[in-house]
Amino acid sequence: MLHIVNKSPFECTGLASCLRVAQPGAAVLLIEDGVYAATTGSAVQEQIRRSARELRFFALAPDIEARGMQGRILDGVELIDYAGFVDLVTTHSVVQSWL
Amino acid sequence: MVEPVQSKKSGPKKFMLVNRRAPHGTIYALEALEVVLIAATFDQDVSMAFLDDGVYVLVKGQKTTGLEIKNFSPTFRALDDYDVNKLYVERQSLEQRGLDADSLLVPVQVLDAKQLGELMAQQDVVLSF
Repeated sequence: MLHIVNKSPFECTGLASCLRVAQPGAAVLLIEDGVYAATTGSAVQEQIRRSARELRFFALAPDIEARGMQGRILDGVELIDYAGFVDLVTTHSVVQSWL
Repeated sequence: MVEPVQSKKSGPKKFMLVNRRAPHGTIYALEALEVVLIAATFDQDVSMAFLDDGVYVLVKGQKTTGLEIKNFSPTFRALDDYDVNKLYVERQSLEQRGLDADSLLVPVQVLDAKQLGELMAQQDVVLSF
């Protein structure tokens, strides 16, 4: 299953709910303001690190660059482009967007 | 009869624009920038406060070509030319996001919440974004 989070973890509960609900082996894609969750030194860093033991994390590179967060991305988070976004959606039969 | 609260000052008013949203995901940050330029054009005493996700607005190195939208962040460097040089950033918001003053594209004053609150209370007008 693919989970998509597009809101800042500091402003909305989408990421927290996603991490609470997501089952081991699931993919979590961070887009738009959701990419701030993938940055180093933030208050949610440990949450992501812990979850990364059983979840696969992806983040959309154009959204990271637009926010100046390139070079601040946590290890273990895979950066993808728009084609990679499409691949993720087409290779997962179930997609939940945490709007 | 209760009189409405009115400013007795006839000259420039003190405006503070409070930025609490990240850039690009919503339109708020860009709108705040538009308003600060308007206020400066009318020679008002204008300042900007950045807290919560608003601190992300000032992060250096923003490249929006991949999103095919305008990158408005360099405009903050031009604010000094409009005599807008009171940029206040809340310390706790920076720290919570793994950022510091060196992460930002313009010189700012980093304040704690109490200092920011005192400045806010001194304003004639506070606008929230």
